[in-house]
Amino acid sequence: MSKETSQGVVYTPKDFKSDQEVRWCPGCGDHAILNSVQRAMSQLAIQKEKYAVISGIGCSSRFPYYMATYGFHGIHGRAAAISTGVKVANPELSVWTITGDGDSLAIGGNHLIHAVRRNVDINLLLFNNRIYGLTKGQYSPTSVKGQVTKTSPYGTVEPPFNPGELVIGAKGKFFARTLDGNIKLSTDIFIEAARHEGTSVVEILQNCVIYNNGAYADITDREHKEDRQIILRDGEPMIFGKERDKGLILDREHMKLKVVKIGENGISEKDILVHNSTENNPGLHMMLVNMRWPNYPVALGIIRNVAAPTYDMAVHAQIGKVKESSPINKMDDLLTSGNTWEVQ
Amino acid sequence: MTKKNKPIELEDVVIRFSGDSGDGMQLTGTLFSNTAALLGNDIATFPDYPAEIRAPQGTVGGVSGFQVHFGHARVKTPGDLADVLVAMNPAALKANARWLKPGAMIIIDVDNFTPKNIEKAGYKEDPIREEKLEDYNVIQAPITSLTKRALEDMGLDMKSVLRSKNMFALGMIYWIFNRPLKFTEDFFKSKFKRKPEIIEANERVLKAGYYYAETIEALHVTYVVKPAEIEKGTYRNINGNTATAWGLIAAAEKAGLQLFVGSYPITPATGILEELALRKNLGVITVQAEDEIAGITTSIGASFAGLLAATTTSGPGLALKSEALGLAVITELPLVVVDVQRGGPSTGLPTKTEQSDLMQVLYGRNGESPVAVVAASTPANCFYYAFEAARLALEHMTPVVLMTDGFLANGSEPWKIPAMSEMPEIKTRIVPEGTDDYEPYKRDPETLARGWAIPGTPGLEHRIGGLEKDEISGNVSYDPVNHQVMTNIRTEKVKRIVHDIPELKVEGEQEGDVLLVGWGSTFGHLKSAQEEMDQEGKKVGLAHFNYINPLPGNVEDVFGNFEKILVCELNMGQFAGYLRMNFPQFDYHQLNKVQGLPFTVAEIKEAVNNLLEG
Repeated sequence: MSKETSQGVVYTPKDFKSDQEVRWCPGCGDHAILNSVQRAMSQLAIQKEKYAVISGIGCSSRFPYYMATYGFHGIHGRAAAISTGVKVANPELSVWTITGDGDSLAIGGNHLIHAVRRNVDINLLLFNNRIYGLTKGQYSPTSVKGQVTKTSPYGTVEPPFNPGELVIGAKGKFFARTLDGNIKLSTDIFIEAARHEGTSVVEILQNCVIYNNGAYADITDREHKEDRQIILRDGEPMIFGKERDKGLILDREHMKLKVVKIGENGISEKDILVHNSTENNPGLHMMLVNMRWPNYPVALGIIRNVAAPTYDMAVHAQIGKVKESSPINKMDDLLTSGNTWEVQ
Repeated sequence: MTKKNKPIELEDVVIRFSGDSGDGMQLTGTLFSNTAALLGNDIATFPDYPAEIRAPQGTVGGVSGFQVHFGHARVKTPGDLADVLVAMNPAALKANARWLKPGAMIIIDVDNFTPKNIEKAGYKEDPIREEKLEDYNVIQAPITSLTKRALEDMGLDMKSVLRSKNMFALGMIYWIFNRPLKFTEDFFKSKFKRKPEIIEANERVLKAGYYYAETIEALHVTYVVKPAEIEKGTYRNINGNTATAWGLIAAAEKAGLQLFVGSYPITPATGILEELALRKNLGVITVQAEDEIAGITTSIGASFAGLLAATTTSGPGLALKSEALGLAVITELPLVVVDVQRGGPSTGLPTKTEQSDLMQVLYGRNGESPVAVVAASTPANCFYYAFEAARLALEHMTPVVLMTDGFLANGSEPWKIPAMSEMPEIKTRIVPEGTDDYEPYKRDPETLARGWAIPGTPGLEHRIGGLEKDEISGNVSYDPVNHQVMTNIRTEKVKRIVHDIPELKVEGEQEGDVLLVGWGSTFGHLKSAQEEMDQEGKKVGLAHFNYINPLPGNVEDVFGNFEKILVCELNMGQFAGYLRMNFPQFDYHQLNKVQGLPFTVAEIKEAVNNLLEG
């Protein structure tokens, strides 16, 4: 629900729509994501002028033009680095980084892992459609092995990245996954991502209606989705399935997750793992992000959400501390400090 | 103590300290320079070191040198040739013998002139004879063994003992030039505060060298170089990289903005980032980025967010930044890019100086992508040109590239410290809250600078980016005519900076036979050549450029006053080509050098004389 900001303003999603015509293809998942972001922002009780939406290059990166906030459309791969500069320059801003699987996992992979490592307080929305859409259909670092695209006419021969695995491997403190079409889930996740202090990476499984239609059909089709997705919620057991009869347990012998049926082999609901996104140890979170259908349901929701100091605050805290104890407070002090001499 | 003979007065002296890259020659040279400066001499220094931190010991490739020129008169260059060479091993002699004045004094550490080292340096058996230096004033000092003896009762490990032998050589030089030890002893005390044994060891060895020089017969003469007659004021010694860092901080203070620097370490620019990282006391934000591209893009982000943003690099790093620099051009954000040039192409000669990035800076981007370009010309004026680059960036809303090079970055000179009240005002283009008719690309009609609306300001929310902009609103525009209009505006905006920069001045003759033309770090050598030729009665002027794009407004008038124009630069003719393009009506002669070294005054004079005769 919309909340009042400290200045007494109540926003609706419409307040975040710019006057520019949205030019994504009809049926593109980006429309729904835009909608979710605007809803989330209207509910965050942050003044509109404090938002800065920064993007790289790709279909998703047109995003800032459709927002009525401050926005910056960067160059390919550099959204995370530009965002780092904006946030460190002014930690009071709520910085949203819009990027895609090509933008942040191929050309911009370096910036992504370092933003995550530093824990810059930005919300990074990674639109993962497993394809290069803007250049009309080449494979990306998340394309599934064997995927046929214009640059892999015989199928790709390279294994893909799993963004969650990469983020947690880079010491990530917040990772969530959602579906473009699930506006309710996306909105809730975006709100939590904004509240989390540090780099919040949200992977959005997004359909490209033109070049990779049905990218996630195996887990999103109406008939099977409940059996093939699990939405994780803190404090709740990891139960899924149309009949809510399947769950996840830890197979201690093999140190891996296992899908079990409640009521079979003596398994009851109390045996099922309970989700805790705030656990610092990344072990279980890593297993959860790596679950793939058909062996497992795909994990959605906030998988990892651990508190840690942010880079931007640390930078400013250090400056404050040094300032306190330094006799040099202005340029004239520095100019005349140390070894100087008078010429008469 | 023996009584000193009356010292001989000299106008100026050039000393070159050289040894293995682990021998501490840079420190030795720096300490001597600081003492000279504190005694009131004018100085210029030139460190010349290999790219390897510890190249193979005893090889010519591993020789590290530091040349200091100090004088009673104004000193403009580190000197072509040395009066004194300190060679800690045969390789140091091999690398530097050709840079000696006839009859120069050569101090060698005879302990290191072993058959093995002699062979390693490429000599047969007698380096002095093989270099034909028998008539020179060669002082064969057992520096290593005397250092060991001076410290034998201190119980230090051999590594620490050998590490202080450079101080023996420094002690000798201090005696020869009648310099007090005090400043250097003070340095030990502050540098090694927590290590009293290191303070003592260094002091002992310094004194041992000093008294050794006094004792040996070979050195019955000493020299003095009286203080220079320089303008009254408070001075300090400063190198180009520190001056650059300070110029940026000064500009931020003057503009009332916080300074943000996103950079990636690269030789020879790293010193700027290191100096800025120290200055948290003045609020400087430094981000050591994950790569060169992140260096500039974090800075662009910070500029968008309303800070004075800069990124520092050298040629290879600038190549990586070029796409992002184009982004700063099209978004019309203020940004300072410092290019400390080095020898290229590719990794090239990382520790050697060159001016070969000019074309890259002017044109090394996709599209029509003009940036303003300024170049510093002495170590100390890096301060003013860094300040100036920031002023132009902020007042004209454009990226500005400041060009320096390895010679300026590491070279140092005494600098009359300015007061901040003397520095020019900087007026930013920040759009105030409550501006009703704000449009992102609305411009100041005079400069064509757009307004700078800072995120966080209510009511000024807007979007900018790398796609072509509509002329006023800044919305994405693919309109063909609009692209032409915007291209023209971006070009014209940089051109109009000409009204905000000083005219080109000519040093020496205002009209005559030959006009020397240079830019950037070659100023000292060109000026010295011009002055010497002036004394020889030749009609030679010097036009030295600090403003490269736009060029000053009076270039044609200046060039037209001379019969011949000689463009001197440490590249294969990039500035000459640029001048030909801008002023095709003149003939340009060229003096070019790409040896990783500065010009010598002698080479410049020779080139001018050839022109005068031709």
